Amino acid sequence: MMSRMGKARVRVPERATRGEIVEIRTMVDHPHESGFRHDDMGRPIPRHIVESFTCSYNGREIFRARLHPAVSTNPYFMFYAVATESGELVFTWTDDQGGAATQIARITVTD
Amino acid sequence: MAGKNEAGSSARPGRRRALQSLAAGACLIVVRPAAATPERLAAALRETFGDRQIKRGKVKLELPRLAESGNVVPVTVTVDSAMTERDNVKSVHLFAERNNLPRILEVQLGPYNGKAVVSSRVRLAITQQVLAVAVLSDDTLWSAAAEIEVTVSSCG
Repeated sequence: MMSRMGKARVRVPERATRGEIVEIRTMVDHPHESGFRHDDMGRPIPRHIVESFTCSYNGREIFRARLHPAVSTNPYFMFYAVATESGELVFTWTDDQGGAATQIARITVTD
Repeated sequence: MAGKNEAGSSARPGRRRALQSLAAGACLIVVRPAAATPERLAAALRETFGDRQIKRGKVKLELPRLAESGNVVPVTVTVDSAMTERDNVKSVHLFAERNNLPRILEVQLGPYNGKAVVSSRVRLAITQQVLAVAVLSDDTLWSAAAEIEVTVSSCG
């Protein structure tokens, strides 16, 4: 199921104080082929894009992106989250050919 | 506001690989009559937001004023919002006026984000205007636009 959906990398602080707004950076290795390009022989390169990316924090969705062909290869996102409690952030990417990738990060939140 | 340079954090191995892989294939730019392109953007806006009024303001759109390559253009959208339960940003939509497809991406946000700031990297086919629209929790729509000059085009 991991058709050309490569390694996913996420950067989440390991620790935060309750209520702190933390920065999250994510990137997945994926051609994100726009469908508008041609190879050296002039043949069209078919579209193959990441269609959606989501981040859930202890089961609650806190970020959802819908991507179109104009997102660059190896889609990258930076966004923020309020650190409310210790737990897990689950990141999921899905592409238009059934490919999927998941990455998990843990955060410890203290008072 | 427009054209503030935010080249910044770019020297990542993944990005380098991305540029290499993109350089391998030639790109077809569909050139349409100039007048036709903003119409496609207008159609995409209508399809997304209907007849709702989109005001200028509350949104800051940062991208380089000049991009040597249109393949990997860093973009940051910041919306002026308290991001509380009552007053927050529901979604942010990014459009490229003259790409083959004007839609670039849409993200959904909420009070749990704390700050209404999103960055990504996008493809821009040619020199054009980029538009960011934010939908607030009171269902008002706010926007910002920025011009970018693209030296080597991409295939967005």
